[in-house]
Amino acid sequence: MLTEFTPISASVGGALIGIASAILLMVFGKVAGISGAVQSLLNPLQKGAGWKLVFVAGLLIAGVIVQLVQPELLVGELDLPLWLIVVAGLLVGVGTSLANGCTSGHGVCGMSRFSARSWVATITFMVIAFVTANAMYWLG
Amino acid sequence: MKNKVVTFSLTLVVGIIFGLGLIISQMTNPAKVINFLTVGEKWDASLIFVMAVAMGIMMIVWRWTSKRSAPLLANSFTLSDFKLVDLRLILGSVLFGLGWGLSGICPGPGLVQLVTLKPDFIIFFAAVLAGMWLTNLLNGRNKKEPN
Repeated sequence: MLTEFTPISASVGGALIGIASAILLMVFGKVAGISGAVQSLLNPLQKGAGWKLVFVAGLLIAGVIVQLVQPELLVGELDLPLWLIVVAGLLVGVGTSLANGCTSGHGVCGMSRFSARSWVATITFMVIAFVTANAMYWLG
Repeated sequence: MKNKVVTFSLTLVVGIIFGLGLIISQMTNPAKVINFLTVGEKWDASLIFVMAVAMGIMMIVWRWTSKRSAPLLANSFTLSDFKLVDLRLILGSVLFGLGWGLSGICPGPGLVQLVTLKPDFIIFFAAVLAGMWLTNLLNGRNKKEPN
């Protein structure tokens, strides 16, 4: 499916992501890592899980707000057979858990900190995702 | 007590802003991500702008933090000082890249899409949690890793 080039909404969204990460770091000294926050759902009573659960709740509330106010903004389908949806989800879960981070923690927060781990992680998952998406499109 | 209320409210607001950012930038739309990753006539460069703007803001903020010993409302920065680039990091990133390239959904957008109650996204997110649970289970037998 074709999508439109939307540099302005992409920049506005990127700014909101940056501002949210900035507040978390400047005020609380914490890194906005979503895979880590999602992990806290598995261990909600663990020490240090509190703010992560609240952060997760905030992400869900954002979704609910948009669903109520402007539902056409929150669109999209997973264009995969069921078994591949399960496989892709498992890969994302295992992968981010092993790498201790995803697009937010390693990508946005870690790369801007010039963390070697985050650069290696982000370049690796970007290249693999690029190869995978192209293989699915051109060979699939 | 007052401090706890402030922390709770502000963290919730941060989550909401982040979530709105994911939706407005259309990171939550798998087609947008897949098209960004696919060369050819359907290539869509929009996501470069998401990453560049968010990273640009954070670069400035990291410079600010490097001059301070503590954040505004906490005693210290809670940052990873884990520096090792190891097989675990690379293997994890390879697996995550496979899953992201297949689906076009990373953890944040996967979470936000739950509110649409579409079965595909609910199954996807359940699988993400199962993958994390499985990794923690196997990891618990070896050693504890820093966050």
